[in-house]
Amino acid sequence: MIEYRIHGRGGQGSVSAAYLLASAAFEAGRMCQAFPAFGAERRGAPVTAFVRTDDKPIELRAQVRRPHYLIVQDDTLLHDEAITAGLRPGGGMVVNSAQDSTEVSAHFGCRALCVPANALAVEMIGRPIPNAVLLSVLLTLTGDLPLDALKSALAKRFSGKVLEGNLKMVDRAAKMAEVGAWKENEDA
Amino acid sequence: MSDPTPSGSSMPDNPRLAELRRKHGRPPQAPGAEPPQITPRDSQPRFRGLESGHRACQGCGEALAARLVMESAGPDVMVSNATGCLEVFTTTWPQSAWRVPWIHSLFENASAVASGMEAAMKAKGKNTKVLAFGGDGSTYDIGFQTLSGMLERQHNVLYVCYDNEAYMNTGVQRSSSTPHAAATTTSPAGKERMGKRHLKKDLLSIIAAHHIPYAAAASVAYPQDLQRKVRYAMGIEGPTFLVIHSPCPLGWKHDSCLTIEVARRAVECGLFPLVELERGAVTNVMPIRKPRPVRDYLELQGRFRHLFAEDPRAEEEQAHLQALADHNIATFGLTGDAEDPADTGGAALVHRGGPLASGGF
Amino acid sequence: MREALEGSQAIARAVTLCKPDVVAAYPITPQTHIVENLSELVAEGDLHTEFVSVESEFSAASVVLGAAAAGARAYTASASQGVLLMAEVLFNIAGLRIPLVMTVANRAVSGPLSIWNDHADSMAVRDSGWIQLHCVSNQEAVDTTIQAFRIAQETDLPVMVCMDGFILTHVMEPIDLPEQSEVDAWLPPFVFDRALDPSDPKSLGMMVTPDYFPEIRHAHHAAMEKALPVIEATDRDWEASFGRACGGLLTVEGDAGARVGILAMGSTVGTLRAGMAEPGAAPARLITLRAFRPFPAKALRDAARGLDHLIVIDRAISPGAGGVVGLEVAAALAGHPDMPRLHNHALGLGGRDIPETIYADLIAAIEDTDAPGFSVFDADLSKLAPEDR
Repeated sequence: MIEYRIHGRGGQGSVSAAYLLASAAFEAGRMCQAFPAFGAERRGAPVTAFVRTDDKPIELRAQVRRPHYLIVQDDTLLHDEAITAGLRPGGGMVVNSAQDSTEVSAHFGCRALCVPANALAVEMIGRPIPNAVLLSVLLTLTGDLPLDALKSALAKRFSGKVLEGNLKMVDRAAKMAEVGAWKENEDA
Repeated sequence: MSDPTPSGSSMPDNPRLAELRRKHGRPPQAPGAEPPQITPRDSQPRFRGLESGHRACQGCGEALAARLVMESAGPDVMVSNATGCLEVFTTTWPQSAWRVPWIHSLFENASAVASGMEAAMKAKGKNTKVLAFGGDGSTYDIGFQTLSGMLERQHNVLYVCYDNEAYMNTGVQRSSSTPHAAATTTSPAGKERMGKRHLKKDLLSIIAAHHIPYAAAASVAYPQDLQRKVRYAMGIEGPTFLVIHSPCPLGWKHDSCLTIEVARRAVECGLFPLVELERGAVTNVMPIRKPRPVRDYLELQGRFRHLFAEDPRAEEEQAHLQALADHNIATFGLTGDAEDPADTGGAALVHRGGPLASGGF
Repeated sequence: MREALEGSQAIARAVTLCKPDVVAAYPITPQTHIVENLSELVAEGDLHTEFVSVESEFSAASVVLGAAAAGARAYTASASQGVLLMAEVLFNIAGLRIPLVMTVANRAVSGPLSIWNDHADSMAVRDSGWIQLHCVSNQEAVDTTIQAFRIAQETDLPVMVCMDGFILTHVMEPIDLPEQSEVDAWLPPFVFDRALDPSDPKSLGMMVTPDYFPEIRHAHHAAMEKALPVIEATDRDWEASFGRACGGLLTVEGDAGARVGILAMGSTVGTLRAGMAEPGAAPARLITLRAFRPFPAKALRDAARGLDHLIVIDRAISPGAGGVVGLEVAAALAGHPDMPRLHNHALGLGGRDIPETIYADLIAAIEDTDAPGFSVFDADLSKLAPEDR
């Protein structure tokens, strides 16, 4: 079982990111589970969502306490030192940020890759929705799911020009990461 | 459409009246003309949807009103009935006085249940008209929200409120429909109080604000007018509302044989104006020509007895009630001074005798 | 077809497969997504129903009551305060023996205000006379929803399908949705013998004097008892057609020889299963209670026989008495030989997350012989002022 935790702000599509990742796992033939830690949050408030993927049915319904990977959709959330709480040894986080990855990595003592997802999203789909970029980067790093699964999941959700932009964006984003660089994590 | 008013007949030739007749009742017929196609609904007036043998009190205004409504509405109807006298005296397992499909759920949900019944008819492509019945307690007070919701959603339901101006089923407690200064068991008259302190809620205005196709007030003292209003409402696809002034001998403390007379005087003094509204605007009123003093209405009823005591407050409250009646008369033009009175007969001409008509009781 | 769906979306699709004539609902967290998805299906022309957007839950329940009484298949959904606002109507629906289906997206009841999951809402109306079925997963919620329409019309009883708010309603997971043709073949068209019909007028909801009232209550109780085999048979029939079951009245899994049992309802069962499957976990017999009303007392005794300890998990409490399920289990086992000692714990009240370690913690707590018969297991009493502990 691989566990993910997604941190974002209300309105950034953190829950959509979780559903998208779960859908991608489903498209790849894996079992999946995605859910938000729902609060009464309004736009802009911190939001957390969780994803599990496995090759057998997932029974556990607890929140993800020991994630393999983190996705941080808004780098202002890095002010919260506890953001990496429970991250498994050898885990990693993908951050939507223009900051320096090495510095973030050193600060939190874990693997981290910062990508300017907002800028790319604005360029490709005209809106600062970082989901697909971050998921593409993470899946490229881990190789957990093929990018085609992510694309199939996007195709279930969007169509026409929006889908086209998203698919191109996934390919562009994948080039920002080294293929398989975090692959060994699951064995950790 | 050609003018249905036949020439040379006894029909009045007032075009406005003819138009209203065509709209509100059955079209007038020329002598020798082909008989009109009688639809089941046209043939309904003699239908007895509510049978005799029920357990209503002697002289019950509500029982009479419901019978008149059912005659004009049935038999292709189904009824959603709120908790109250009407529900209690007509049913009581295993006997029922209803000859139409009838359901009682709760005190405050007759409108919502009717909404569901109507939705079911729509889903099944049936035309059966849904009626919702409630007393003033369930209409003005506890079921007010569900009524407003039903009207707002434009359900094809005729809602009839049998207004006897208090919670009679539980033993005469005040409702928001109880008239000002009336004594009830929860607004008794005493050294410190002259009965109900507040005014009767102006429900029709609130109903009018929903801009439904048709809303009207009727009275058991004017059965033809009442039935015309029911028939008119039955012909409308959409929410319609009828409030019927229905005296309760027990709660109003008048003799059981005076029900019609009391109801008539309520109209004649202007306290219960018989008005019709379409899409929220007044389209018709029953003129009363020579309004009676409110005192004539009050004196028949024990609930206003304290207003006849040697007490300056009693005088004041009588004046207050007279002012309310005067306000209605002025607002609705009830004396029929306006240019085109819709009903040339008027309340004063609709008289059928009774114990007080022939000089006393 | 298998799809990755959010629980609420799956429920809306399942309801659509049952072709309800009338749907009435009022939005309330966490049921909202169900209503929104149904509205969307109507707007897209995928669901042909009279969708009545009411002004309150009270009216939602009243509208479906009226619709079903007039012979329509009807559905509603609610949660928490909404269920309580409906309470008067829910008792009336059941008392009039009107077949209806309602989803309860279980949520805590105010105050203090909590939008998160527990079972206080459906437990508050447990005596309303509705059938109450609890779902472990969204797949069970989908399958139970369709089964509920059949159970309702076979028994002339309304059915509440209880699914944990957020924990199930907002979870995306793979769902196997039956084909329309399969549901059409499995679920008979709606029939209600006592439906309002001008060609055969009947009076429903009449006043009943003491001469008949006890008999009518007895008949209702008897109908609930008779619903027990119907619930079981319906699930068996479902399994025969679709190859998966929802757990009939209750299911027993785990180590048959274990001396310790755990009984739970709803999504908690999944987390307990995960804990039980951990390497080195202590053996236990896991009892999943699906039917809370009618209460399967006999099946429960059979399931509990031979255990030394039975841990009963509650997600609702009756303050001053204990866990609601715990009390019912105690009543069912009382006076029967070979029944286990009960340990009743409330867990996850108001949405407190139930961690994967809970299984081991619950079993370890059996050793605590000083523990009271009932506890709010995951309450941290240090958060309370001393006088409130």
